[in-house]
Amino acid sequence: MSFYLVQFLSGLATAATLFLVSSGLTIVFGVTRIVNFAHGSFYMLGAYLGWSLVERWGSTPLGFWGAVAVAALAVGLLGALMEVGLLRRLYRSPELFQLLATFGVVLVVQDAASWIWGSEDLLGRRAPGLRGSVDILDQPFPLYDLVLIGLGPLVLGLLWLLFNRTRWGTLVRAATQDRDMASALGVDPARLFTGVLFLGSALAGLGGALQVPREAVNLHMDMAIVVEAFVVVVVGGMGSLTGAFVASLLIGQLQAFGILVFPQITLVLVFLFMAVVLVIRPYGLLGRAEDAPPTAASPGPPLIAAAGAVRWAPALLLALLAAVPLVAGDYALIVLTEVVILALLAASLHLLIGLGGLVSFGHAAYFGLGAYGAALLVKHLAAPMPLALAAAPLVAGLGALAAGWFCVRRSGLYFAMLTLAFAQIVWSVTFQWYGFTGGDNGILGVWPADWAAGKAAYFWLTLALAGGALLLLRRAAFAPFGYTLRAGRDSALRAESVGIDVRRHQWLSFALAGSAAGLAGGLYAFSKGSVFPTLMAVPVSVDALVMVLMGGIQTLSGPVVGAALFHLLETEAMSRTDWWRLVLGTIILVLVLAFPKGVAGFVRDLWTRGRDA
Amino acid sequence: MNRRHLLLAPGAAALAAAFWIAAPMPAAQAQSGGQPIRVGEINSYTGLPAFTIPYRQGWQLAVEEVNAAGGLLGGRKLEVVSRDDAGKPDDAVRVAQELLSNEKVELLAGTYFSHVGLAVADFAARNRVPFVAAEPLTDAITWTKGNRYTFRLRPSTYMQAAMLVEEAAKLPAKRWATVAPNYEYGQSAVQWFRQLLSEKRPDVEFVTEQWPAQGKLEAGPTVQALAAAKPDAIFNVTFGADLAKFVREGEGRGLFRNRTVVSLLTGEPEYLDPMKDEAPEGWIVTGYPQEQIDTPEHKAFREAYLKRFNEPPRQGSVVGYATFKAIAAAVEKAGSTDPEKVVDALSGLALSSPFGPIAFRALDHQATMGAYVGKTTVKNGQGVMTGWRYADGADYLPSDEAVRKMRPE
Repeated sequence: MSFYLVQFLSGLATAATLFLVSSGLTIVFGVTRIVNFAHGSFYMLGAYLGWSLVERWGSTPLGFWGAVAVAALAVGLLGALMEVGLLRRLYRSPELFQLLATFGVVLVVQDAASWIWGSEDLLGRRAPGLRGSVDILDQPFPLYDLVLIGLGPLVLGLLWLLFNRTRWGTLVRAATQDRDMASALGVDPARLFTGVLFLGSALAGLGGALQVPREAVNLHMDMAIVVEAFVVVVVGGMGSLTGAFVASLLIGQLQAFGILVFPQITLVLVFLFMAVVLVIRPYGLLGRAEDAPPTAASPGPPLIAAAGAVRWAPALLLALLAAVPLVAGDYALIVLTEVVILALLAASLHLLIGLGGLVSFGHAAYFGLGAYGAALLVKHLAAPMPLALAAAPLVAGLGALAAGWFCVRRSGLYFAMLTLAFAQIVWSVTFQWYGFTGGDNGILGVWPADWAAGKAAYFWLTLALAGGALLLLRRAAFAPFGYTLRAGRDSALRAESVGIDVRRHQWLSFALAGSAAGLAGGLYAFSKGSVFPTLMAVPVSVDALVMVLMGGIQTLSGPVVGAALFHLLETEAMSRTDWWRLVLGTIILVLVLAFPKGVAGFVRDLWTRGRDA
Repeated sequence: MNRRHLLLAPGAAALAAAFWIAAPMPAAQAQSGGQPIRVGEINSYTGLPAFTIPYRQGWQLAVEEVNAAGGLLGGRKLEVVSRDDAGKPDDAVRVAQELLSNEKVELLAGTYFSHVGLAVADFAARNRVPFVAAEPLTDAITWTKGNRYTFRLRPSTYMQAAMLVEEAAKLPAKRWATVAPNYEYGQSAVQWFRQLLSEKRPDVEFVTEQWPAQGKLEAGPTVQALAAAKPDAIFNVTFGADLAKFVREGEGRGLFRNRTVVSLLTGEPEYLDPMKDEAPEGWIVTGYPQEQIDTPEHKAFREAYLKRFNEPPRQGSVVGYATFKAIAAAVEKAGSTDPEKVVDALSGLALSSPFGPIAFRALDHQATMGAYVGKTTVKNGQGVMTGWRYADGADYLPSDEAVRKMRPE
């Protein structure tokens, strides 16, 4: 009995940290609608700053808690700085674009932290006066964890007072409920947003600084926490503090007791939980129905098929690319092959985001399913390459059909997180099913057939298949199917009222996007010779998203340009410097500020303006 | 209105691509005698800098020594082209291709993560280029997925587990608990430990196991769950930030009181140093007590390293150093850089390393480099190993028969 009590308390301590971080995220999201990827980076910065200050002052209780507070405030200031210097310039961009900006910040912070604090894990001092443990029913339990357990509700209470008993808090709540109305009534949104970013980041920093006595501060803390914080926010219901609190408690307890029943479940537990919650409750535990799905693409000017000579541009590009093997070397060819494959991946995601208004955070699942579909056929059935390649879009399409059925019943960030949940479930099954998928050691020896083994031959094959798929995707965008999708995106209600089954179309587009991504995955598998679960992990989903946003979501060529730009930049930066994340992050930030509508969107605007002038 | 947007963007992309294709074609000049011998080196420099930077310094020292001694094959310099793999196997394969096609390297070396190592190994076999895997621990790379072109220097998971089993079997402990990161390295370490220990001690039982996600150990609940099973001893495979959390929480909750912990890799400076005075006491570990080893070959290495980098070597430094010494020796033995000849030279190659004489077994291309087995303690605010001995890798490998069965041929 005493064991279960202590296990319960341990779960509470886990929950406290999780709540601090996710409360900041949910506040920021509720008001600004920004999907802030950099939230985990602020958590990490809080831990590093906390470590530095605790090393200096932390020998007395006052010094220690002072250090924690200062670290949190400093991180809050950084958050405010990010709002003023970066996000404020992007409020008129499509809403998702800020996500790209925060991704740039993530990359920059990673390298900055490594540059300032070095690469080694930093084990900080323990909290003075709280080093020991107390016996709870004969089980020792760390004092510090008890303090953390108390801190969670305390912060919740303080936030409640702030939001319900102060004028600023009332304004924030007003803006959370109706941003436009609040600003129409004279509330300066910019100042409010700065304040909210400060508060949210400070909470993340506080969560990080409080970890110093518990774990070694390291460079992987940002990624480790940010996804889980999003899970908490979504499970609790976006913008709901109490929801975040309840969700943290549940997840903390699930982790504490889940490992007793099934120790191997650690990889997937939180995502399984999120999937179940979202399937049952469309807006999380305590969320309210949103009037406008927050992450839907803002429509912008409608897509219009090119006419005249311009129509032949893709064909010209294709012909140009087909001629490349005559001049380029092996390496240039394989990078180009990758670019073509990634262009297909990005375009398939764009079908969802740009046309359907459905932002997927788990698109890598279908890329990976395609790659594994092909590789498994080769490994287990010794299938020839054409057969394996044909299977790739099928396997991925079936996977997307199954997951999509659940996902399209949700909208906005709930949809996004549900796709992420499914992606993580697929990933963890692949990662742990050693007998069938080879687990994390992957599948080797997936090389192309002899006739396609040459770099040029494989490039042509990729160009033909991916180019064909891209043309089909383009065709779909201008077919009645695409128009219907766009109608559903711009006004689901009106679309329904004229007799369109929006959900069904979204579901089919999800499957189509999934199978196109699957073809990309199959091609990728044969170009690399091996597949690993990393192909369906979160970073690939994020990369695909970044490619789409970089190019701009309002044009069909956007994702293609974005994929080329992102991949070439990354490979070049990687081969030239160890600080490639800093370089890439800075370039992304510059691009975001210079082209708030994406590169292709910018070019198009320039073109339009030139013609109108 | 904006009917032509479709043209411009692909046009811009094509232009960018054209620029980029035109740019990187540097090393395509004729290669003839007197040219440097180029080795392509790939590792996770941004992903795991704490481990790979000491490793890089190690190979830099080796390369400098080789060149200072007059180079290879009658005066040709050894030259290394080093790249980051971002910790991803697909990136590593691309980088390997770049090194091969653009940089015209004769050999490949490096990698840290097991899956990255396996991807490069498969690439090496496909392209018939020798690959000396430096750090990956997975048994698969030399056994179930071994190939003619791949060699591995570091003692594998099996070897390190076997070294610890020898000590664990001497303990009175009968009830064992295990805690390991939830991926192949953790899985196979626990599997071998259980199997080998059960063979030596049929009376032991394994009472509980915990599989935290790598990098996301929930220390409190995990420690409590282990304690609840009341084991006599614990086999730990977690490392890095997880290990620090585990140790702190375990001390706080009295998990290690009256229990022996047997722990993989924990004695390596990479893991021991960051824990400072909180390093665990009395754990039986594999590692590298760099400040205490006084064999002549190690002393020479350590002094040279200290002089060059102004910091003591770590495990990774030895691996990097020995890997490139092995490559130099292999090229010299082969008398050419012909890949097939270098592979033949590497098979059975014997050389001296900071840990003493080692050899790459012709049987499975696994080097016989060993590790130091001892106990941890804290001295002058720093975790160190005591009562250690060198466990020669050659003594901790399965029978040739068993190995042959595992290797595909």
